[in-house]
Formats: sequence, C-alpha cells, structure tokens
Amino acid sequence: MEKKIRVLVAKAGLDGHDRGAKVVASFFRDAGFEVIYSGLRQTPQMIVDTAIQEDVDVIAISMLSGAHMTIFPKVLDIMKKNGMDDVLLTGGGIMSEEDIKKLEEMGTGRLFGPGSSLTEAVEYIKDWYAKTRGAKES
Amino acid sequence: MDEKAYQRWKEEVAKAKTRDAKFITASGEPVELMGTPDMLKDFDYDRDLGFPGQFPFTRGVHANMYRGRLWTMRQFAGFGTPEDTNARFKYLLENGQTGLSVAFDLPTLMGRDADDPWSEGEVGVCGVSVSSLRDMEILFDGIPLDKVSTSMTINSPAIILLAFYAAVAEKQGVSQEKLRGTIQNDILKEYIAQKEYIFPPQPSMRIIVDMIEYCTEHMPLWNTISISGYHIREAGSTALQELAFTLADGFAYIEAALERGLDIDAFAPRLSFFFNSHNDFFEEIAKFRAARRIYAKRMKEKYGAKKERSWMLRFHTQTAGCTLTAQQPENNIVRVAYQALAAVLGGTQSLHTNSMDETLALPSEKAVKIALRTQQILAYETGVPHTIDPLAGSYFVEDLTNKMEKGAEEYFRKIDELGGVIPAIEKGFFQKEIARAAYQYQVEIENKDRYIVGVNAFKDKDEKIEIPLLQISPETEKRQVERLKQLKRDRNNARVETLLKDLKQAAIENQNLMPVIIECAKAYATVGEMVNTLKEVFGEYQEPTDF
Repeated sequence: MEKKIRVLVAKAGLDGHDRGAKVVASFFRDAGFEVIYSGLRQTPQMIVDTAIQEDVDVIAISMLSGAHMTIFPKVLDIMKKNGMDDVLLTGGGIMSEEDIKKLEEMGTGRLFGPGSSLTEAVEYIKDWYAKTRGAKES
Repeated sequence: MDEKAYQRWKEEVAKAKTRDAKFITASGEPVELMGTPDMLKDFDYDRDLGFPGQFPFTRGVHANMYRGRLWTMRQFAGFGTPEDTNARFKYLLENGQTGLSVAFDLPTLMGRDADDPWSEGEVGVCGVSVSSLRDMEILFDGIPLDKVSTSMTINSPAIILLAFYAAVAEKQGVSQEKLRGTIQNDILKEYIAQKEYIFPPQPSMRIIVDMIEYCTEHMPLWNTISISGYHIREAGSTALQELAFTLADGFAYIEAALERGLDIDAFAPRLSFFFNSHNDFFEEIAKFRAARRIYAKRMKEKYGAKKERSWMLRFHTQTAGCTLTAQQPENNIVRVAYQALAAVLGGTQSLHTNSMDETLALPSEKAVKIALRTQQILAYETGVPHTIDPLAGSYFVEDLTNKMEKGAEEYFRKIDELGGVIPAIEKGFFQKEIARAAYQYQVEIENKDRYIVGVNAFKDKDEKIEIPLLQISPETEKRQVERLKQLKRDRNNARVETLLKDLKQAAIENQNLMPVIIECAKAYATVGEMVNTLKEVFGEYQEPTDF
C-alpha cells in the first residue's frame, strides 16, 4: 500500500487571513495527501514542533503579511537544528519574485506567489517526494 | 408579452450554438439569459422600490443622492511610522480625496505594541504602527479633526483607538460632539472571516455595546460600527453569503444593544455597513439594493424602530482585493473601475478603490493616485451620478434583487435554527459555508471553468513585473520600538499603573469601559498594556482548526 504524503499546512505570525491556507489544505487532501492544519498564529518553533510530532514529509507555510523574510529563515534554522533535511519546506502567499529567489537560495523548496496553480503545487510535492523519499525507500 | 415571438425566441435559443463557457456569476449562481416581463409579474413599485430617501430605500438613502453629495472618496491608507502615514494622508487629501481611512499594522490590530516579541517583522508592514497616543498625535499632525471625517479599520482594540482619536481631538481643542467618522468595530466578522479577534465573543460584544452607549451620548456624529461584509467576501464567500451574514451580524449587534436597554432610535442611525464590490457587475448591484430593502423592513417591522433614519442602511464599499492579480498588474486598474461602477450604481455612500499593485505590496503613490482618479473620472466624466438608481425597473436586475432578498431570508432562518449568530459561529456554520465557497471558486479556476485574465488565460510568457513597489523600511520597527522606550521614560508610570488597575476593575464590575480607557490613553498607557489588562479579565479566544 502506498504511503500517503503527510503535509502540515501552517499559518505563521500574527496574520489571520486563512482563505489560502484552507483552500490549499482542502486541495491537498483531495489530491490524496494526509493534511494537518496548524491553525492560526503559530511561531516558527510551534510549527516545527508540530511537524515533528505529526511526522510530516512537508511543511507548507502560508504568509500574507510581508513577514516571510523573518519567518522562513527562522523555520529553516530550527529545522536544521533538528536534523530535518528530509522534510520539505514550501509555502506561498504574498511574496515578490525577488524574495522567493532569496528564500529558495537559503534552502526552502519552491515557493508559490499570488496566482500560482494548486495543481502545479501538488505535482511539485509529488515529484519532490518521489525524488527524495521515494529514492530512499526503494 | 407576445407569446408567439417569445416561443420563437426560446426555440432559436435552444437551437443556437453556445460558447463553451459556464454562464454563472462570480458566486457560481446560474445567470438568466435575459430579463422578461413575466419575472416581475408580482412587482409593486411602492412596496418593492419606493422613492430614494423613503422606506424601503431600495433606490437609495437620500432624496437626490449624488446630485446632493457625491460618495465620499475615502482611500484606506497606512504604512510604516505615523510620520509616513501622515504624509500619505496629506498626499491623498491634496489629490482630492474627501475622507480619511486609517489602516493599522498587524501588531496594532492584534493589540500588541511594536516591541512585543510577536511583532517582530510585522511593524508597519501591513499598515501604520500605533502603540500609544503619541503615535496617534503624529498620525494626525496638521489634520484638523473638526474638518475631516475619519474611518478607522480596527476591531478587537477599537475602543482604545477611538479613545486615542478623541484624545488627539481634545488636544486640538475639538470636542467629542464634533467628531465625524466611523470605527469598524465589528468583532463578529472576525470570528467568521478575518480572524483578528483577541477576546471571546461575550466580552467583545460587551465592549461594542459600551462604545455604542458612550458614542450615542457623547459622539452623536460618529458611526459606531461598520458592519462588514467585505472581509467575509474576501475570505471566499458568495455574494449571497456576504449579504446574509453581514446583515445577520448587524441584527446581532442591535439585539445586544437592545438587551442593554438602549433606545433603538437613539443608536440605530449611527450604525453603518461596509460591503465588497466584486467582479460580477449585476450581482453586486442587486446585492446592494437588496441589502437596503431587507434592512429597512426588519428595522421597521421586527425591531420596531420609529425614526426613518433608523431604517436606512448606509454603506461604504471597497473594490474586491481578492480579484486582483499579481500577473499583468495594470489589468487591475480595469477591474477596479468596473467594480467601482457597480458600487456607484448600487448607491454607496463612500468608496475605496484598490491600487493595481496591492497583490504585491501596499499602494505606491503612483498606484493610489490612479485608484483615486478612477473615482474622480466615474464621478465627473461618466454622467452616472447624475441620475438615481438607473437600473430600477430592469427585469433582470429587479429579479436578481428579489432572488438576493429571498436567499438572505433563507440564511436568516438557518441562523435562527442554530440559535443565533454567536451559537452559529461556535458551531462553525459561517466558517464552513465560506470555506466551501472559497474552495469551489478555486477548483473552478484550476479547471478553467472560470477565467482569470493573465493568470489562467491570456498569460504573458516570461512575465516581468515592472511597476514600482512600496518598500517598508526595516528602520520602521527600530524607530517605533525606540519611541516606546522614550515614552515609558517620559510618562508618569505610577499614574499609568493606577489607571490600568482602574481599567481592570471597570472590566470586572461591568462598567462602561470608554471613560477609563480615555484616561489611560491620555496618560500614555500603550495599546498592549491596556489589551493585556483586559486579557486578564476576559481571556483569549481560540478557534477550532478545521478546514
């Protein structure tokens, strides 16, 4: 039986606008992922703690408030400290192409700005999983 | 109707080639191919429309509408330090806007000071940072509060920001009775859609009724709530859900104020509303017209309000942020223009038009100027404001207005069955409806059943975004934190401590909080200090994590 990809969809920082996070969570679930939704106002530490607790393959953070250059690096840092190099950090929201590039260079996975296709995001995660986890499991 | 001609038309329609598209509204509702007289066979002009400025106000709330006064051009603005926003206010006023509207940053919205650990990275980024009366004084420097009307978009700590505004006015020598404006102060939609809540529902409602009670006596020109559908719609609801949930929230506030023993005709004239103007042109216009009619009927027939001004639904509109695209941002100018037109044809009292760059940043000067010019061109070049409610009598629009009203009444029944608005919130009713509608909309986009120009249709290959974007300086946070340190050195800390204790007592003893909060404000207690004091008494709200 194929193992389902486990994704934590998280809202970081003070922002409460969760339409995107919830739509992504539903779409991922309908695409066959096992989805955990963190709820609002999570700190980077809370997000990584939940990710470890729930043994997820992917952390997907929704950020609309412009604080992404503060939050994503913090999450990466905590993930590194916990040796989570086989967990994908992805996400999306309101981010400029420039910022997305910077964060991807820092070590996040692909990030999805406004107007992104959810179908593409699903394919991206499946590909990542096949290449990294799939390779290990075979 | 000529039966033969009608039948022939129906047959030709059935045989005609149809484009491969879904003929649905932005809300997913099927659209009538054409309005016909039979749709209005039960139509009664006096019962269903009446005259502008008279029950049931379907056609508008003032007798001569925009010939008497154009809608207020009120651009939501705020970013960085209070100095930055003060400059933007002056820029907008110089360019012809006719009312102020303040956007606060997330820390302020959530009742946290700029130096709160949660505020890191968020100070001045989504709006202006205001942690104390000192910030408010700078924000309104050189702006006479007896000469402008100001709308403040703030909810959980609204009572504090209103106190700041009154305190600034006092320093200017302007008494509270002269203050004109609106405070959003709509906590119910926070639980439902925007999620900027702090305290649980019951104490939050108590604070709102305190403000209604206080303002009815001391600030008679001030709109005490802006009962909002905008955020509900932005969260992904349909037009009908926006209409029904907003009105339901309004009725819940009215019932809470009545429970306190307030006289409906004393407070109702200063309740106001705030709707979204989304893409589907006719659906939006019908929504606005239905809103006025539904509200007037309920205020008169259910709540027994006697004054005409208590039956009138007055509203501000904002064009739909969620419809804007990051791709080909100039297209947003066009979207906003159509949405603004719908709002004016719907009879709005006040309008904010979004800037083309708002999918990526807060508005640049150039972009907000275009947004303001959009309103001015609408006002002065199109001729639309010269006549009142021109779509009245349209078979299509009246039928749509009727459908909106019927649909809203059905939702009211459902909400009643659940025990009312707050029980329905606790059961997750609104949240689930909205999430389902939002998901449906996105699936339509993914499947190309709904086109978004530039995003899933008519895309630019290798697009490069080439418009100037507003940058928030990282110095903002440093400056605001430093200002707080200085404030705490300058003020009388013993007095602040005493007043915060008084605030706590007033909260426990069910006294009206407004007077003591005004005293705290004048002593330079901070937003965070006052909110933390109230948290000790009221606790904090946690929502369940379903999606």
